[in-house]
Amino acid sequence: MRGLRAIITKEILSFFTSPTGYIVGMIFLLGTGIFFTIDLGNPFPEASLTRFFVGLDFGQTTFGGVTLILILIAPILTMRLISEEQKLGTIELLLTSPVRDWEIIIGKFIASFIFLLFMIGLTLYYPILLFLLADPDPGPIYSGYLGLILYGALTLSIGLLASTLNSNQIVSAVVAMGILLILYFADYASTVVTGFWSTFIQEIGIKSHFDDFHKGIIDSHDVVYFISITFLFVFLSIRILESRRWR
Amino acid sequence: MTTKKEDFIIEAGNLTHYYGPQPAIEDVEFKVQRGEILGFLGPNGAGKTTTMRILTGYMPPTRGTVQIDGMDIVKDSLECRKKIGYLPETVPLHTDMTVKNYLTFMGSLRGMSRRSINEQLGNVIEICRLQDYYKTIVGKLSKGYRQRVGIAQAILHEPEILVMDEPTIGIDPIQVVETRRLIQDIGKQQTVVLSSHILPEVSMVCGRVLIINQGQIVAEDTPDNLATRLQATQQILVEISSTNKKIQPVLENIEGVTGVKRQRNTDNTTFEITVADGYDVRDAISKVIIENDCSLLSMQLNSMSLEQIFLKLTTSEGA
Repeated sequence: MRGLRAIITKEILSFFTSPTGYIVGMIFLLGTGIFFTIDLGNPFPEASLTRFFVGLDFGQTTFGGVTLILILIAPILTMRLISEEQKLGTIELLLTSPVRDWEIIIGKFIASFIFLLFMIGLTLYYPILLFLLADPDPGPIYSGYLGLILYGALTLSIGLLASTLNSNQIVSAVVAMGILLILYFADYASTVVTGFWSTFIQEIGIKSHFDDFHKGIIDSHDVVYFISITFLFVFLSIRILESRRWR
Repeated sequence: MTTKKEDFIIEAGNLTHYYGPQPAIEDVEFKVQRGEILGFLGPNGAGKTTTMRILTGYMPPTRGTVQIDGMDIVKDSLECRKKIGYLPETVPLHTDMTVKNYLTFMGSLRGMSRRSINEQLGNVIEICRLQDYYKTIVGKLSKGYRQRVGIAQAILHEPEILVMDEPTIGIDPIQVVETRRLIQDIGKQQTVVLSSHILPEVSMVCGRVLIINQGQIVAEDTPDNLATRLQATQQILVEISSTNKKIQPVLENIEGVTGVKRQRNTDNTTFEITVADGYDVRDAISKVIIENDCSLLSMQLNSMSLEQIFLKLTTSEGA
């Protein structure tokens, strides 16, 4: 367990000592801030964080918000995690240290998750402002934040998998963004087809699973979706790291 | 260990590793005694790095076994890895950390407690002479100092076995000397396995040498023994005080002589005489020379340097 702790500590430190962490944090706050401002300027001031969570309203659907920003930002947080070790060759020392392969992956996942929680924590001043200035319905805000944490964990796990796959950070980031965008837009694609495939595509998409949360609904099937997909990708990352030994 | 009985800390049997259809190493077998400094010698691409990576548990062999202190490197990988300190060839370091932070991280990765890290850190910094660079960011260090940081991380957790892949590559000559001395110091308490393609280095530092070529061990002995064993074909340089040509056929007729090369100088002649295995012809040569009314100015036995042995073993088929 000392190995796991060492990896978590080291990774968190490097998030906070590298410029990447600050730049990503800044862009995250800037982007989410814009959507929060839109929330405030809503023609029907219902004092909620809907725009902040899911973006602009296009009648049938929505686009943007922190859910879209995370898709662009999580891969940049995670791209370094394993790719850099492979590039620098430090993976050789990591894999010959007495730590298990799962400790390496889980350690790096937890570290990036903690950094994400920190970033999400910074956005808490939006609801605080809202509570100070207006009288919002707290339910959807709480459940929205819970959904955001689960959603964020999933984006990180996909980024981590992409990072495990190759030694080029840019490729890792692009691959992760690609997968995430497909999952994000699956929701829109589901309206093109009908019947079974429509439901199927919608169930795969991450957006439809998030939608309930910001409306104040905590549906167990959404919770299970986020947790199990996150587990799946973290598990695959561990397997891929293990397979390095056999190549 | 007070018993003189053989006490092997590393036992490798039938190690074979394929990176595709071609084996990188094939049926490599060796044993390392506790407290020994073993050198792997071989040209580039001979399979040194592959062997080291298998020894350290970085990758499993395609076939064969490695036992570290009686434990299998694949089955008890974690326990084995605890006993090993490893310095890979490229000295991979996290370039954005300070020397102190990096060493602390490596220590905790090896399961050391904070207390023992702090205790060891001072020692290691002193041994590797990194005092002035304690708080420098690793990425800003020169190659030689990075090498020292690499060695520092490898010995930090006081491993029983230290594996170093090309430890003196790419650093300046003064640091090379220092690094060798450092390895010898470490070798007094720990078992050291190192690889190199530089011969004098191996003969200076190591107690035993394995010469590896094209994935196979071609020779194994102490540096001195290797030299003696390969003296089998010797060369004798003889200088005489005459330019008389007649002496050459006489020399060629001595039993055991396989070749004579003549080199004429102004008032004397030098002969390069090659002698077959197991003959000592020095006595016969001097007699022949005197019988032919010449005087013997000098006679010199040329023993092969390790460099020549290495070339001989790795280039000729009749090794």
